[in-house]
Amino acid sequence: MTRRGVDRAVTLAILPFAIAAPFLWPDYMTFLTFIWIMIVLALTWDVLGGQMGYNSFGNILFFGIGVYATTIVQIGLFADVGAYTSAYGVETISLSRHEFLIGLAVGLAVAPLLAVAAAALLGSGLLGLRGQYFAIGTLGLGIAGGELAAAWGWIGGSFGVQVPVFPGDVLERRLLFYFLAFALAAATFLTLKRLYGGRFGLALNAIRDDEDKAEAMGLYTTRYKTVAWCIVAFFLGIAGGLVGQINGYIEPREVAFAGASFGIWMVLMAILGGKGTIWGPVIGAILFYLMKEFFWQQFFGWQRVALGLLIVVIVVFFPIGIIGWLKQRFPERFGHKVDEQARIAPDPAKGAPP
Amino acid sequence: MDMIGLLFEAPPLALQLVIDGVLIGAIFALIAYGMALVWGVMKIVNICQGEFVILGGYISYYVWQAGYPLAIGVPAAALALFLLGWLLYRTIIFRVVEQDLFISILATFGLAILLAQLMNQAFGADVRTADAGFGNWFLFDNLVSIAAIKLVSFGVTGIVAALLIWFMRRTRFGQAIRATAQNARAARILGIDTHSIYAFTYGLNAAICGAAGALIAMIWVIAPFGGLIYTLRAFMIVIVAGIGNLPGVIAAGLGLGIIEQFIGFVLGAQFQIALIFVLLVIILVWRSQLLRRRRKVLE
Amino acid sequence: MTALLEVRGASKHFGGVIANREISLAVPEGRIVGLIGPNGSGKSTLFGSIVGAHPVDAGSIEFEGAEITRLRTPQIARRGLVRTFQQTRIYRKMSCVENMLVSVPAAGEGFLDMLRPRNDEDIDEAEELLEFVGLYAKRHLVAGSLSFGQQKLLEFAMALMNRPKMLLLDEPTAGINPTLINGLLERLKRVNADLGITLFVIEHNMRVIMNLAEHIYCLAHGELLAEGSPDAIRNDRRVIDAYLGAT
Repeated sequence: MTRRGVDRAVTLAILPFAIAAPFLWPDYMTFLTFIWIMIVLALTWDVLGGQMGYNSFGNILFFGIGVYATTIVQIGLFADVGAYTSAYGVETISLSRHEFLIGLAVGLAVAPLLAVAAAALLGSGLLGLRGQYFAIGTLGLGIAGGELAAAWGWIGGSFGVQVPVFPGDVLERRLLFYFLAFALAAATFLTLKRLYGGRFGLALNAIRDDEDKAEAMGLYTTRYKTVAWCIVAFFLGIAGGLVGQINGYIEPREVAFAGASFGIWMVLMAILGGKGTIWGPVIGAILFYLMKEFFWQQFFGWQRVALGLLIVVIVVFFPIGIIGWLKQRFPERFGHKVDEQARIAPDPAKGAPP
Repeated sequence: MDMIGLLFEAPPLALQLVIDGVLIGAIFALIAYGMALVWGVMKIVNICQGEFVILGGYISYYVWQAGYPLAIGVPAAALALFLLGWLLYRTIIFRVVEQDLFISILATFGLAILLAQLMNQAFGADVRTADAGFGNWFLFDNLVSIAAIKLVSFGVTGIVAALLIWFMRRTRFGQAIRATAQNARAARILGIDTHSIYAFTYGLNAAICGAAGALIAMIWVIAPFGGLIYTLRAFMIVIVAGIGNLPGVIAAGLGLGIIEQFIGFVLGAQFQIALIFVLLVIILVWRSQLLRRRRKVLE
Repeated sequence: MTALLEVRGASKHFGGVIANREISLAVPEGRIVGLIGPNGSGKSTLFGSIVGAHPVDAGSIEFEGAEITRLRTPQIARRGLVRTFQQTRIYRKMSCVENMLVSVPAAGEGFLDMLRPRNDEDIDEAEELLEFVGLYAKRHLVAGSLSFGQQKLLEFAMALMNRPKMLLLDEPTAGINPTLINGLLERLKRVNADLGITLFVIEHNMRVIMNLAEHIYCLAHGELLAEGSPDAIRNDRRVIDAYLGAT
């Protein structure tokens, strides 16, 4: 089977599985929902981190913006946000089914736009920089976002925001967010896959391998870099909005601008699976989240230490990741082979090859 | 904005901020010098710089808790961190040192997380400080107060800096480090064992951070996750001053200390952390604009 | 014959070091012009200035009669003025065909152009050019796995993919197996004759440049020392002293 054929077969096999899964294993629905979210986090980190060769430690900023924007918009459509947040969760608003869904839809539309605006603004400055300067410039973005959200009383300050209660039963709510998360993961995957297969992917890879050369060949690199970050921010904004809603409660430092968990996981997942590939982040996300879910309890409070150790070990000893390793082991499977036919057509006029 | 008015009405207040800024900025400059050293010699941007600082602070704190005088804290932290840095190089960093920057940034980023989480687990999340009990000096009818420990720490910073400069300029080993920084390949051909140089340089940087951290534990506070901010401060100073520009590092360090004091005073301490990040972004963008205008080859 | 590229009084210094001092030269359309000079005489710096990598401190550069002194590298490349590098620069982790496709001179670089899928015409063109330089069989290999000489050929093909009006080649034969140099020379001449691409070539190999170029400029210590036909240059006392004598 050709590589494209394998891709298509796998993609099609996942679809019925994804649709049936919540009905087959209803107890694991939240877990599965988070798998889809993790795939989005890993895939989006890889756009810059893998395909473009720019380490971004600040992507969690867009996620956090999405978390807040979605829920604040949802509340704001039907209630006074300042009054709601200053009641510290004592005063709840009960939205009708209709209101809840309308609010959610508008919120999930506003969130990515705000995130993209932030990416465009920051990117126009930071992405003019080369790799290492960009990496450090993004180090503080997540924390800065958390600090600013914590200092902003209107959106609940450090206390956070209570998400409006879903008007319906638990199973229904879980199903809704499961399918939203799945749709997001699928949209992210397909969009990126298409982009990587075209001019955009070529440009990102060229920037990764030699940015000066790409400019000398006429590529407007800053423009590509900024658009790439905006695409990342778009999907992360929606992902954040979903996570905030699923969580039911928003807090600036641990939920929204969760640099110490999601922010680090996305880096780890992408590298584990194989950065710079489309399937790598997907595999890395699934593998990591399974590991996290089933072994996390074994560490007795040392989970985050183990996480740090895992990053160091993977980056230092296994930087190419699972797919990267496969690529190295079986290059022909990925299409890197010498063509037996040495020329397009023998053409005596063109002379012998050197 | 009332605070700005206050500064004009009571100039000694401004003096207070400048003095505090200089005394703290000197420590920032020290940390930045270490970062520039590793950057220049090993071509690594060391993201776990701040975690070294905090760890040094904890070591001096526990030395002090154990009943030893504070004066022991600084050399003890420096020595312990030197060993740690050397060990980290021999186990981990040597694998990434001559690879591309992408890998070394990720590796030291991972180390930063690992160290911070380890410290959190070992020492708890509480904020700590080692109080020397030296008291304060007062000037201008008590309007300006200077903690004696800050002056002592300023003096110690100066001594450490002088020792470093002497070491780098006058000793054979310092010269070997500088030769490696200029051209690692040539140094290797001339028989210099660059891995030893790198291990020592990385240890030396960790020791510098350890000493700085010990001082910070005395004049300020330390907490397990407080490292990142020192990394960013050091980075800001280095990119403003440039690698291998010692007077520049000192000037930028003192300048940053003063700016932070004023920002904290005018806008309130709760914004200080966020504003350091904003400042970093501004400096980075300013630098790229400057380079673009001159249109030298951007690195 | 009009000048395609015209450099007037170009000066450039890095810190205290003067790399170029008031250099004026012209490259007529459709010709092959050489640029020679000892190491460190400022040849590559001049190339860098022309393509906007580091613009001149003083002087002006015109391409097709339009001022390009202050344009940035990608803008200049899009006008059809493309350089290759002395140290070969390719995208190491991408396949040869992908290396070629980056150079497609898209009509614009608007948002929609960026999101365009690969198209077969571009791939065909890339493969034809790879065949032209003799790399067709290796077109799906990762570029980093090619030998140095092959990378050099790939870089040359990438520059052609841009459909440039003029190519600045920085030592095209350096590091290439001497037995292959004649083949490369042949190709350079064909590119010039068949495709009408003007060539401006830095070259250390005297035999190559005397054979290739119709007109040669010689730099020394950042200044223009001499210019003329290959024969005139070969017999110029100053050139021999500064350059040929030294090697």
